[in-house]
Amino acid sequence: MLEPVDELPINTGDDVVRVRQAVRARASAARLSLVDQTKLITAASELARNTLVHGGSGVARVETVQRDGRPGVKAVFTDDGPGIVDVEKALTDGYTTGSGLGLGLGGSRRLVDEFVLETAVGLGTTVSVIKWMR
Amino acid sequence: MRSSEQELLDRWVDVAATALQGRLTRSELERACGDLLAALTPALDAAGLNIRSEAYASARAMLAEMSRDRARRGFSPSETATEVFALKEALFAIADARGDSSETIVAVSRWVDALGLHTFEVFARAREQVITEQAEQLLELTTPVVKLWEGVVAVPLIGTLDSARTQVVMEKLLQTLVDTGSEHAIIDITGVPAVDTEVAQHLLKTVVAARLMGAECTISGIRPQIAQTIVALGIEFGDIPTKATLADALLYALRNSGVEVVRRRRTNAG
Amino acid sequence: MDRVPILSLGDVLLVSIQVDLQDESVVALQEDLAERIVDSGATGVVIDISAVEIVDSFIGRMFATIASLSKVLDAETVVVGMRPAVAITLVELGLSLQGVRTALDLERGLAALRQRRAERGIPLADESDEAVEAPAAARD
Repeated sequence: MLEPVDELPINTGDDVVRVRQAVRARASAARLSLVDQTKLITAASELARNTLVHGGSGVARVETVQRDGRPGVKAVFTDDGPGIVDVEKALTDGYTTGSGLGLGLGGSRRLVDEFVLETAVGLGTTVSVIKWMR
Repeated sequence: MRSSEQELLDRWVDVAATALQGRLTRSELERACGDLLAALTPALDAAGLNIRSEAYASARAMLAEMSRDRARRGFSPSETATEVFALKEALFAIADARGDSSETIVAVSRWVDALGLHTFEVFARAREQVITEQAEQLLELTTPVVKLWEGVVAVPLIGTLDSARTQVVMEKLLQTLVDTGSEHAIIDITGVPAVDTEVAQHLLKTVVAARLMGAECTISGIRPQIAQTIVALGIEFGDIPTKATLADALLYALRNSGVEVVRRRRTNAG
Repeated sequence: MDRVPILSLGDVLLVSIQVDLQDESVVALQEDLAERIVDSGATGVVIDISAVEIVDSFIGRMFATIASLSKVLDAETVVVGMRPAVAITLVELGLSLQGVRTALDLERGLAALRQRRAERGIPLADESDEAVEAPAAARD
């Protein structure tokens, strides 16, 4: 049986890999389709890396959730970093391999069903995402 | 309720069994009703008759589980609801024997009704889910991906497209490219009466995804009305090859694979 | 840290990615490839991702970097075997993988590399050509 919540520190690149594995385990247990699993794990990977690169370090909390009897996977990424100054821009920037900058939040948002961003300059950032079984 | 638990349970099962006429075995019923009773009793203690409260969470979940199970097994809505409503009769019988007031009886009645309605709601949703799944399976069967030539596959889309259906088709097409080792895919929408923004976006994404995988995708069968819609909606098709007919698209794909189609010139004998 | 093995297939280098790459492995792979291209004079690099389930922007950037590196070293890169779920996700993510050529599988990837070389006018060696040794490199 899975723990209620997986709490994973994000301090290194290897931690990003661990976050992916934790999300994969839960997504698979929640019987998300292959494409949905891929989307969620990829989004989690992006957000975990953001936490590392822009937040300095942080924590990921992954749990299985339920709504109307349907399972889903929720992942929350928290950091005590500088916070996001221009939220609009962060959400609209696409992430292309060429430029390399830009938080890529817009892309992650498109990959999940629910996306909540909380941030304040100097106080850190929290991104919560949920993907439901279809 | 607690004082006559066993009697209540027995009566409940009796009433339900009679009403269901063997749809469920007695032991199945006993287990289902017993579990429910075990969940309901503490909830009653904690939160009274308000079944929406937190205390009823596990009871609601149990009812939901039961309801979904019955829906999957093809039970009718009445049969499923009967399992719950049978509790009412059992409770009435006991209340009657104890001489409880009519207020109590009315409250009890409302309480069981609420439980029954909850069960019904979940049932309805579960049935919808079954229908959706069957629709998807049907979709799988009726969305053939055909191999037109070595390395060229086509998906003739027929009927109205919705977001869900288009996604299924997209995934199937891409998988077929891998399975058959085809570098060309043709999505033919001759049989599609209308295309909205969402569907157009899905088609576009399919083409881009195919390209990412190393294949090329052509869209064919764009009728004049659809062309107008696409332009009006401001959807950019960019450099995605679009052809009027499936035949044009096939020729295009063949040429791209290095195959040329020629008409032999007949030589007149004598 | 596990270094990703690089195989030689004629004058093409083949990299097959099997696992979730650690950060150091990515850097090591880029370095190893650059060295091998120079050492072997390879004209092509094939990155096989048929076993890869997740491609995020970090990995996407790795492909782009390898493609650029190779180009500077006069080799072409092609990524092969992308899974449908990965492709669909990349499109949604908005990752375009500009500048990275892709092919359905290894066979087609190699064919694409051969074609590119032909297009660039580099004649392929055949039996009538004489083998020539590269002059010994000056060693520091």
